[in-house]
Order: sequence, then C-alpha cells, then structure tokens
Amino acid sequence: METFMIILSGILFTIATYLILNKNFLRIVLGITLFSHATHMMLMAINGLKRGAAPLLGEHADAYTDPIPQALILTSIVISFALTALLLVLGYRTYIELGTDNMKKLRGESHE
Amino acid sequence: MSNLLIYPIIIPLLMAMVLVFFRDRIKLQQWLTVLSLLATIGVSLFTVYYVSTEQILVLELGGWSAPFGIVLVGDMLAVVLVAVASFVTLMCLLYGFQSIDTGHKKHFVYPMILVLLTGVNGSFLTGDIFNLFVFFEVMLISSYVLIALGGRKIQLRESMKYVIINIIASTLFVIATAYLYAATGTLNLAHLSERIALAGQDGLLTAISFLYLTVFGLKSGLLLFFWLPGSYSAPPPPIAALFAALLTKVGVYTIIRTFTLLFYHKPEITHTVMLWMAALTMILGALGAVSHWEIKKILSYNVIISVGFILFGVAVGTEQSLSGSFYYLIHDMLSKALIFITGGAIINIFGTDKLKEFSGLILFRPLLGWLFFIGMLALAGVPPLSGFIGKVMILQGAIAAGELAVSIIGLITSLMVLYSILKIFIHSFWGETLMSEGQEYSTGKHALLPGTILVVCIVAMGLGAEWVNTYVTQATEVMVNPNLYIEAVLKQ
Repeated sequence: METFMIILSGILFTIATYLILNKNFLRIVLGITLFSHATHMMLMAINGLKRGAAPLLGEHADAYTDPIPQALILTSIVISFALTALLLVLGYRTYIELGTDNMKKLRGESHE
Repeated sequence: MSNLLIYPIIIPLLMAMVLVFFRDRIKLQQWLTVLSLLATIGVSLFTVYYVSTEQILVLELGGWSAPFGIVLVGDMLAVVLVAVASFVTLMCLLYGFQSIDTGHKKHFVYPMILVLLTGVNGSFLTGDIFNLFVFFEVMLISSYVLIALGGRKIQLRESMKYVIINIIASTLFVIATAYLYAATGTLNLAHLSERIALAGQDGLLTAISFLYLTVFGLKSGLLLFFWLPGSYSAPPPPIAALFAALLTKVGVYTIIRTFTLLFYHKPEITHTVMLWMAALTMILGALGAVSHWEIKKILSYNVIISVGFILFGVAVGTEQSLSGSFYYLIHDMLSKALIFITGGAIINIFGTDKLKEFSGLILFRPLLGWLFFIGMLALAGVPPLSGFIGKVMILQGAIAAGELAVSIIGLITSLMVLYSILKIFIHSFWGETLMSEGQEYSTGKHALLPGTILVVCIVAMGLGAEWVNTYVTQATEVMVNPNLYIEAVLKQ
C-alpha cells in the first residue's frame, strides 16, 4: 500500500510541476494545490501507514500507530488552504488591475 | 525564568489582535505598537543578560518534556537575534509613522508588522523543526500582506511572484521535514542532532541536508535570489527596510542553525557546495548592484551580497569565521535598516528613485547626507564601524582555513558594495541643487531620528567590539560544540 501511495504521489508531483510551469495563473494555483496534496500523501506514506492500534494508552496493544505524521499533515493542510485562498484573491485583484492572467506579461517595464 | 522565552512571541501577537479593534484610531495604534515593542525589547534584553550570566534557557511548552513536546530554546545566538530584530522593527516603525500613508495605516499595517515580528522571533527561538516551518509561515503570510497592501500595479505584480515562489519553497520545506522524520524518527532539533551524530550522516541524510539548503537558500536569497530585487522594491520604503533587515536574516539564521547543529558531519560535501553558492551569490549580487540605476534595486542587491558574505563565513565553519558571521549578521540587520531608511527618505524627498533625475541634496538635508554616508561606510567595512570587525573575523578565519579564492571574491565585492552605494551618494547629495525648499515631495525629516539612533548603535558596535565579543563568543561556543545545546534541551 505504501509503495502504491508513493507512486501515486510521484504522479501528482509530475502533474503539479507541469501545471506550475504554465503561464496561466489559474493553472499555477491548481498546480500548487496538487503539489501540496502530493506532499501530504507522501508524508503519510513515507512514515508508514497503519502499523498498530490507535495511539491511546488504554488500548493495551503491542504496537501503536505513529500519530505525528497526521498531526503534521493537519497543520500543513490548514496552512496550504489559507495560502490558496490568499493566492486566489491576489490573483483576482491582479487580473482586475492589470487585465491579464498571463505570467509572462507580468514582467514589468523598465520605465515605471 | 524559562518563561522569559515566550514573551517576545506573545507580546507582539496579542497586541496585534488588540490593534485590529482600533482600526480608525491611528494615534492609539501607534502608541500601543511602540509600547509593545518597547516591552519586547526590554524582555529580550533581560533574556540576553540572563543567558549570558546563567545558562541556556529552555521552555517546554505545555509541560511536555523535551523530545516529545515542542520546546523553545534560548541560546545566545537566538536571544541576541530576537533583541536585535525587535529593536530594528521599532526603528523602521519610527520612520514609518510619518512616511506610511493613511490608507496603509487604516488597513492594519501595524498589526501585520507585529505578526511579522511574532513569526521572526518564533523562528529564532523554536527548538523544533516543524514548529520552525509554522513560524516561517506566520512570518511569510504577514509579509505577503505587507507587500501587496496598497494594491499598486507593481506591488500586485511582484507579490504574485513572491507568493508563488515562497509557497513552493514552503512545500519543499514540508517534504524535507517528512524525509527527515522518516529517516530519524524525531523533530526536536537537539534530539535530531544527537541521533544524526549517533547514526552517522549517511548519503540519505546528506541528500536531505541539500534539500534543506535549497529551501533556506530560496528564503534567504543564497544563490536562488532571482525573486528578491523585484519584490523588495515593490512595498513602501519603511516596509522594504523591515524586509531587508529581517526576512532574509531569518533564512540565514536557519542555515546557521541546521548546518552547525544537524548536518555538520560531512563538511567536505555540504559546506563546500555552500561555499561556492555563497561566492556566486556575492559575485552576482555585486554585478546587479553595480549595474542598476535605481536606489531600490541597488539596495536590494546589497541585501543579496551580505547574505553571501555571512554564509561564506558559515561555510568555512571554523570558530573564528562563525563568530565573524554572527557579528556580521547583527551588524547587517542594523546597517541594512539604516541604509534602507535613509535611502527611503531620499526617495520620499524626490518622489522618484531614478539616480539620474536628482542631485544636490546636501544643502537641504546635511544630516541625512551624513547618516547615509556613515551607513555606506559601515556596509563597506570601514573601521571603526561595525562592518569592519565582522569582515576581518570572517576573512581571518577563511584565510586560516585556506579559502583564499573566495576571500578575494569577498574583498572585491565589498569594494563593489562601496562603489554601488557611493553612486547613490554622489548622485543624490553632490552636484547642483535642482529644487528649493518647499518643492520637495516630502520633508524626509522623519528618517533622521531612527537614522541617528541606528548610527549610534553601529558606531557603538564598532568601538565596543570587545564588549559585543563576549556575547558573540558565547553564541559561537554553542555553534562549534552542539553538545551544549543538546545537554541544555535534553538535560542528560
């Protein structure tokens, strides 16, 4: 299962990289979202999926699942959610002000 | 006593929350901001005193003991940087009170600056690598807001690039941390250091260290600085001064921390790469600084050069060069704030930052001219100002370690720093006076008070080098001997 998830996140990384290298702003946002999804999936898989009982003392099990990766993913999801929202607002405002969503046209001119 | 460490984080944070309720009462916001910053500076100076006389402070958050919970660690390196960062923020704000426009002030610029300081102080103090990521994000999110606030075209354009680059860098940070956790099974910096030392730094860990170097290189502007000149010239001068003095320095601090505490076992690989990255950074930064004709661009490229120079000392990695780097880091925070504040005042007065369009300011604003001049000398490393001692210590360490080639690059780039800022000085202060009193866009007088205070600090740091050196030595002890840090945190 871990191997499968790692391969899956690898595919997601590939797609995300392709999207980020696009010139269209919305595709870049989608790429960034996929990039963080792939990261979270990899974080989960790389540290081992369900290895034992829930990490509670009352369970009296031989092995417990490590809760830390899940805590990290939760934190990271919240942050990337906020950043995506901010990026979309910023992108919308940029589109209104500058009239383009093409990153190549956002280079700026020397005479400003 | 260990509770001291939480105050530089929660005082600005709580005050930022309070300020949101007083949106229209700008005067009150300013007073509260100054009060909270003075409190932060006071607490952090007391912490510096306490750490220098007693021991490294460790605060276990929530009462969870060290490797399991998150800890805040106040060693000399961290607490001195916290004190300097809070002080520099106050100076930038003293300049900003007059020169930031009302629109900014009514749209939460002060709360955002305080949250930025929360993130900066938190990144310095934390002893947990994932918590470092979180504080980095706190700092970066408020910097996104500060850079875009105002919504001029150039700001929106540059903030788009800045935000996208930094989100990708942060995601890489999470990836690197995932690898590190999978390889070692811990996130606490002291515990990581111990485990890496026990298991030996094999190829996998070295690869992870390069991933970290890339991430922190993107954040600090080490070689991967292509985003920096554009985005640092977009926001208004006081905020640009704050960015130049604080943001890249946090990246530099994290490189110092990770490569002296965690990945110091294979210096022939990691530190050699870092050395040449630093050399390239200095060369490219110097070329950029020399070739531009706008004040903001020239000063932004100077930020890059100094990052290269500090990390050159870190890459050499001997005791002397490390203490030189730390000394130069403090100096650079102060003098970058000074040069950005005085440079910003020049831009305010003329209403443009094109060098070829103005001249003859010395008759108008002699004090501003002198402040800028001293800032320039300090950056170039002229004795007895603070830049000189840092440069001497780094170069002595480097030459003793046999890094002649990069030392020569460092010396040549400091000449180019001098030339690039001299260019600003000559074009803005010398020559025929083109305007008379009353024609200027802004008086530029609000830069004089923070500028003077910063100049006093820079001169004092140069003349009182012996006194500063006691603190620098203490900080370097921990960098050279990570066991001090580990013992303090894990209490073996």
